[in-house]
Amino acid sequence: MINLNLHVNGANKIMNKTVLSRTVFALLSLGLIAAVQAETVFITLEKDNALAVVDPGSGKLIKTVDIGQRPRGITISPDHKFLYVATSDDNTIKIIDAETIKEVGRLPSGDDPETFAINPSGDRLYVSNEDDSLVTVIDIDQKKVVKQIKVGVEPEGITVSPDNQWVVSASETTNMVHWIDTKTNAIVDNTLVDPRPRALSFTADSRQLWVTSEMAGSLMVLDVKSRQLVKTVKFAVQGVSADKIQPVGIIIDNDNKRGYVALGSANRVAVINAQTFEVEKYVLVGQRVWNLAFSPDQKRLYTTNGSSNDISIIDLETQTATKSVGVGTYPWGVIVKP
Amino acid sequence: MKITHYWRAMWGIIWRELWRFVTQRERFISALVRPLVWLFVFAAGFRAALGLAITPPYETYILYEVYITPGLIGMIQLFNGMQSSLSMVYDREMGSMRILMVCPLPRWFLLLSKLLAGTGVSILQAYVFLMIAWFYDIQAPWQGYLWVMPSLLLAGLMLGALGLLLSSFIKQLENFAGVMNFVIFPMFFMSTALYPLWKIKESSALLYQLAQYNPFSQAVELIRFSFYGQFNSQAFIYTLIAFVVFMAAAIVGYNPSKGMMMRKGGA
Repeated sequence: MINLNLHVNGANKIMNKTVLSRTVFALLSLGLIAAVQAETVFITLEKDNALAVVDPGSGKLIKTVDIGQRPRGITISPDHKFLYVATSDDNTIKIIDAETIKEVGRLPSGDDPETFAINPSGDRLYVSNEDDSLVTVIDIDQKKVVKQIKVGVEPEGITVSPDNQWVVSASETTNMVHWIDTKTNAIVDNTLVDPRPRALSFTADSRQLWVTSEMAGSLMVLDVKSRQLVKTVKFAVQGVSADKIQPVGIIIDNDNKRGYVALGSANRVAVINAQTFEVEKYVLVGQRVWNLAFSPDQKRLYTTNGSSNDISIIDLETQTATKSVGVGTYPWGVIVKP
Repeated sequence: MKITHYWRAMWGIIWRELWRFVTQRERFISALVRPLVWLFVFAAGFRAALGLAITPPYETYILYEVYITPGLIGMIQLFNGMQSSLSMVYDREMGSMRILMVCPLPRWFLLLSKLLAGTGVSILQAYVFLMIAWFYDIQAPWQGYLWVMPSLLLAGLMLGALGLLLSSFIKQLENFAGVMNFVIFPMFFMSTALYPLWKIKESSALLYQLAQYNPFSQAVELIRFSFYGQFNSQAFIYTLIAFVVFMAAAIVGYNPSKGMMMRKGGA
């Protein structure tokens, strides 16, 4: 009897331990889920000379931090520890600690940096210098300029292929995209595109390059291998005149299922099937939508709406804008820290 | 009187109203066509393709047809409330009201039953309208379709009570045109059904005040908020008070010893 009781007690203890460990595990998982969802969205505010920090879970602006003169382009290091912010009128790119949001260094960007791109390994930054028609290559660790590459007039959009083979810069006035080999930092090829190309993005497999044309109101899909145009997508929104359709920011999901294009003054984000290139939907967002960023799980999309001074949150499962959050004057760039 | 008598009488009145509504196919269709014309034609003209600025309960930019939908539900209930009052006048002229009034139940109860019957019809119309709007891409979270039910009930009761009150003043059916001109149109246009308050404020401070204190505005806002799963307590209290006031006045109005009936020389 005693033995049996001991066994029962022992079994109870084991049971209790199991229940306890399961509870702890469940709580930890919940915490983990909460942690996963607790992403932070950073937005550069061109007119406010500040960085807005938004908690998308609650849909609230947490704080606004002074960052420097005319902040525009923003990106994050692959390890998510640092933000890089182009403060155009300070002629520098600032390195910001992503936790404390304090400046920890500066990069020699050349004059009036606006847009830039970081390579996948996080050691090179490629900056468009619009006024000088240059692309500046920066070694991030050394904080030194490696090379300045002469490109077309008014370079704007710039991106690095996920396989780190290409840097592509778009010249707004020359109407060209310039293919720069990352090994040699030299232009290998140029492709003529529709007028005023603004933004570029590679597909995750680095096989296609998507380019938006602000003036033609179109999206061009280029084949990376041949560096030739394979498809042009024209946008048309019911009730909105063609001159208001000014495609700018592009983002393509990791599965290469859908791409999203911000249509500027049309106040819409176009949802494009990345396989058929059909426009599936136009999602109404704030005024003059400019740049886009995914949540880490790619279930939400954040848009900066330059004229309405807010960001929109789009639920990508239902493809509807669920919330707009006021952030400050002239929101420009957006990046998400997991 | 037992409770079953009350129940039987109320059910009889509601059933009669519903039956009348369903069998009068023209009335059913016209009740739907009116808001649908507003949605498909009027709202299309004012589409605001670039989006309307955000006002609660909306959390992001919307198209005009999305904004106008709760207002059109309000319109359905407003017309329905007035139509019920029209049917009261008709009943009085035809003599069927006499049958109702000789029923040995309190008058207030009969009037409330009549009101509930009319509101039931308007809720039915509102849901059919919402279903059509759903296919027109005007969709709320599914909970909104449940939450809107109590709001529709209260808004319907309030507008119906107003109709009842008005019907106690109207002697003949022909006078209903006056109700159209002096009640329905001003109430509808001077409200938040078609334009948000901030927009009205931009054009006229007086109109803004009128729209703000218009009970129809409050009913529309109650419907609008609940459609998106939110509770607008101010609109709720305002609508509730308006209902109590209109209902009390209607009961007095239908009281043969004090009300309008006597002054007009009876039913």
